[in-house]
Amino acid sequence: MDIQEIIQPENLVYERTQCLTDATLSYCPGCGHGVIHRLTMEVIEEMGIQQDTLGVASVGCSVLAYDFMNIDMTQAPHGRATAVATGIKRCWPNKFVFTYQGDGDLAAIGTAETIHTCNRGENLLIIFVNNGIYGMTGGQMAPTTLPGMKSSTSPYGRDVELMGNPINITDMVSRLPGTYFATRQSVHKPGNVRKTKKALRMAFENQKLNKGTSIVEIVSNCNSGWKMTPAESNKWMEEHMFPFYPLGDMKVNGEMVEKK
Amino acid sequence: MGELKLMKGNEAVAEAAIRAGADAYFGYPITPQSEVMEYLALQQPHKRTGMVLLQAESEIAAINMVYGAASTGKRAMTSSSSPGISLKQEGISYLAGAELPCLILNVVRGGPGLGTIQPSQADYFQSTKGGGHGDYHLIVLAPSSVQEMADFAKLGFELAEKYRNPAMILSDGVIGQMMEKVELFEQQPRKSEFNEDWMLTGKTADRKKRVVTSLDLEPTKMEKHNLALIEKYRAMEENEVRYEEIACEDAEYIMVAYGSSARICQKTVQMAREDGIKVGLLRPITLFPFPKKRIAELANRVKGFLSVEMSSGQMVEDVKLAVNGKTKVEHYGRMGGMIHSPEQVLCGLNEFLVD
Repeated sequence: MDIQEIIQPENLVYERTQCLTDATLSYCPGCGHGVIHRLTMEVIEEMGIQQDTLGVASVGCSVLAYDFMNIDMTQAPHGRATAVATGIKRCWPNKFVFTYQGDGDLAAIGTAETIHTCNRGENLLIIFVNNGIYGMTGGQMAPTTLPGMKSSTSPYGRDVELMGNPINITDMVSRLPGTYFATRQSVHKPGNVRKTKKALRMAFENQKLNKGTSIVEIVSNCNSGWKMTPAESNKWMEEHMFPFYPLGDMKVNGEMVEKK
Repeated sequence: MGELKLMKGNEAVAEAAIRAGADAYFGYPITPQSEVMEYLALQQPHKRTGMVLLQAESEIAAINMVYGAASTGKRAMTSSSSPGISLKQEGISYLAGAELPCLILNVVRGGPGLGTIQPSQADYFQSTKGGGHGDYHLIVLAPSSVQEMADFAKLGFELAEKYRNPAMILSDGVIGQMMEKVELFEQQPRKSEFNEDWMLTGKTADRKKRVVTSLDLEPTKMEKHNLALIEKYRAMEENEVRYEEIACEDAEYIMVAYGSSARICQKTVQMAREDGIKVGLLRPITLFPFPKKRIAELANRVKGFLSVEMSSGQMVEDVKLAVNGKTKVEHYGRMGGMIHSPEQVLCGLNEFLVD
């Protein structure tokens, strides 16, 4: 049997969700955004909520998320995605609303919006992609850049004495009363992809039940910004990012998860 | 006749917003406009009409909540005063770029910086020339009474939706704080249909997804977008210019003043005429679009214009552009929260203009 005989419609086991457009992704090869987009859209398709979902793209690499996600979307000013989402959700409490933000957007310029949206318990989902760097603008130091980590504005490594410490914002907001679900995942291995999808599904289900704010952080690689091959960047992420940003649930069903 | 009430300007605009069928108000406290949100909070608009009221964590968050609500076709507004309006400018630029209708109230106080909480008209440039980054204009309405504060809330929403453009009520601390009789219009229903082809309502199987954005990385497309915006501003200039003339028929000199300054100048007109000086008053009601055609016509027959503003002279530049050298144009005004008296305006008139 040659390959042409195998590539037949009846042998299809996996296809693009209709909640993604057929536009070519603008992300660098090896980047996690594509997988995260897909998982989010798969969950929306599986729940049958495409016509009830409104998304908010932010500023950063994912600014053009609305080109790829086949749902109604708007694009927020830098850092303001959760405020824009609040405006939508307050007017349309029965719609599903999510933001899609990077670490520069959510944890630096948008810190106030992030905290107050969670603290009010806005019934929406924040998808937070943390790669420890400003990818879109060419690899500058982010609020989440690790100590000693090199970037174009910390070319000798992040010196915390001079530049301050990285911020673990998901951990911070998990402690706010309005936050119902806070988790940190990754998409660099199949098992992690499945866990991330499960987390996104739980977040949308929470929203259906009007439970408050869900934040799903996904620690992801930026092979271009980190100046590594995709494989190297995933290894580096496991060795350096995960110790500082440990994977797992922080708050589930409104209860803090006990750390072992 | 509608219901008569004695109200502050800030209260009147809040009441009128509910009656105009507003869907949402997002704000942040700042003097001298905090009564807007306080009045709404007391009224519990969610019980009266279902209108959303939310006190945001900042002016920045508030204008972005407006952006979110407006992107779905909802009738949303915010209010603030000068320093807070400066904070909103990024969001206002995005609203203009994404062509979203909304209403913004600025109850102007003296600046620059934290300035003072007293009235001023020093935000004219910011309001009429754009304010944030990029080429854009707001529709700018300048009320000179509590009645107009109420009426312009409704008109502002209507014009914003007609042109898919943010509208601003450019008021000041005098108009916001003073109490006057106001005749309130009847309660209008809130919008029930959201079927315009740009409104985010959720992608259904029978249509393509919709995107509300101000971004286009392709410069040829962005230029087209800019040209379309300019087209819209020209249409506003063609159709929406509003102004009032007082004693201009035989006037040899004309004062141009808006808002509270125009009220002061009405008294100056009386006093000057008692002194035998033929003075009239042109009160722009829309500051953008500006009544430049009318001023250009009047410039053919009057000896001069005096722009009277509580600023160092901002609108005077637009008067000069409209007059285009045909006659003399001067400015008089106090600043920093000081309000000129009719007598002071008369002195200014005599000093700068009357031979």
